Amino acid sequence: MIEVAHLTKSFGDNTVLHDISATFDSGKTNLIIGQSGSGKTVLMKCIIGLHQVDSGKILYDDTDITSMTKKQITTMRQKVGMLFQGSALFDSMTVEENVRFPLEMFSEKSREEWNERVNFCLQRVNLDHAAKLYPSEISGGMQKRAAIARAIVLEPTYLFCDEPNSGLDPRTSLTIDRLIKEITEENNITTIINTHDMNSVMEIGDNILFIHKGYKSWQGNKDNIYDTGNTDLDDFVFASELYKKVKKYHSY
Amino acid sequence: MKFFEHIGRYAKLMAETFTLPQRWRLLGRQYIKEIEKQGLQSLGITIIISVFIGSAITMQMVLNTENPLLPKYVTGLTTRETLLLEFSSTILCLILAGKVGSNIASEIGTMRITEQIDALQIMGVNAPNYLILPKILGFVTIIPCLVIFSMFFGLIGGYIMAYSGIISPAQYTMGIQYAFNPYYVTYSIIKSLIFAFIISSVSSYYGYYAYGGALEVGKASTNAVVNSSIIVLLFNVILTDLLLV
Repeated sequence: MIEVAHLTKSFGDNTVLHDISATFDSGKTNLIIGQSGSGKTVLMKCIIGLHQVDSGKILYDDTDITSMTKKQITTMRQKVGMLFQGSALFDSMTVEENVRFPLEMFSEKSREEWNERVNFCLQRVNLDHAAKLYPSEISGGMQKRAAIARAIVLEPTYLFCDEPNSGLDPRTSLTIDRLIKEITEENNITTIINTHDMNSVMEIGDNILFIHKGYKSWQGNKDNIYDTGNTDLDDFVFASELYKKVKKYHSY
Repeated sequence: MKFFEHIGRYAKLMAETFTLPQRWRLLGRQYIKEIEKQGLQSLGITIIISVFIGSAITMQMVLNTENPLLPKYVTGLTTRETLLLEFSSTILCLILAGKVGSNIASEIGTMRITEQIDALQIMGVNAPNYLILPKILGFVTIIPCLVIFSMFFGLIGGYIMAYSGIISPAQYTMGIQYAFNPYYVTYSIIKSLIFAFIISSVSSYYGYYAYGGALEVGKASTNAVVNSSIIVLLFNVILTDLLLV
C-alpha cells in the first residue's frame, strides 16, 4: 500500500500540488486521472521519488520515502516496476534481453533461474514468440506488453504505469488494461496508473483519484463515479457524447 | 553564468559516472561493445584519411622544399614529424570527434528523449555509470591503437608518393628514420588519451542532458562535436606547452 499525506509541491512560485492526501491499495488498480496540466504526472513523479516534495509524506508500506537518502531510494526502487508512456524499451536489446536486464543488474539467482523467470514473464504477456525480436520490429501493443514483462520480472511490490494506453487502438488498450489488472491481482501489487483513457477508468478503476488544478477533487471507484455530484469530474469523465449517453443510461 | 552551469553539471555527471559499477560483468560486456563500435569501426576511416594526408604532406613538402641548400631527406623528416606531432593525435581526434562524438551524443540523447534513461533510473540503475563509463573507457583504450595505425599508414601514404616518382624512396626512407625521437610517439599517445576522454565525456554530457524531441538530439550532437573540438584544440596548446616546450 502507498499512502500520500498532505503532499505539496511547487516549482518556483507555481504550486502544482496542494495538500494532496490519498491511499493506493495493494492488489488493486489505482488510477490517477485529471486534465492535462492538473498535476497528475507531477504527483506520480513525487510518489516515485523523481521529484522532491515541499511538504508532506509518501509512505510505501509505512516507510516514508521523503526522508530517505538518495542511496536508500535507489535500493527501494528495485521493488518498483514502471511502465512508461512510450514503453522505453532499450533499442539495442532484443525483447528477451530487455526483460532479462533487471535480473542481470540486481538478481543474485543463477542463469537458469533468470531464463526461467524471463520465459515465464514473456509467456505471461503472450510474447514468447517475439523474444528474439528488437523493439523496432514489433508493434506498439507488443512493445507495451514487453515493457510490462520487464516491469514485473523482479516481482515488484509497486507498479507504476504512465498512460499505458496512449497511442494504442481501443482493443489493444483493453488487452493492456486487463493484463495490468490481472498481474496486479495475481501478485498483490500496488499499481498506480496515470491515465486519460476513460475506457480504462470504466474497465479497471478499482480506486480512482481525480486531480483538478493541483487539488484532490474526488476519490472513489468506477462504480460510484456516475453520481458524485462533482461537476469538475463530470466535465472531465463524461465530456464525450458517448460517455454522456453512458451516464444517462446508467441513471435509468 | 551559463558556462559555470555547464561546468558544474559536467562535474556532477562525471562524479556519478566514475563510481564503482553495480555489475562488473555488465560493464565488461558494454566495454567490449564500445571498443568494437568506437574503435574498430573507426579503423577504416583512420587508415583512409592517414594514407591520403600522408601522401598530401609528402607532396607539399617536396613542392615547398625545393631548395638546393636543403637535403632531400627533409621531405621524409618533415612528413614524419607532422604526422607524429600533430596529425595522428590532434587532427585524427578532431576527425573522430565528428564520428564518435556525434554517435555518442545522439545515442545517449535518443535514450534520454525516449525515456530509456528514466527507465534505468527508476530501476535503480546508476545511468551515467552504466551508459557513459564504458564509452569513455572504450574510447580511451582504443585511441592509442588508432593513433599508431594513423602514424603507420600516414608514412605508407608518403611512401606511395615516393614511389610515384616525385622523390626517391631511399631519400624518403632516410628522412623518416633521420633523428627519430621516440618520445614524440609517447607525446602523441598521451595527447590522444586526453583527447579521447574529452571527446567521449563531453559528447556524453550533451547527450545526457538533451531534452525535447529529435531536434534537440540533433542540436546536442552538433554541440557535442563543436565543443569537444574546441576543447581538444585548447588542450592541444596546453599539452604541447607542458610536454614539449
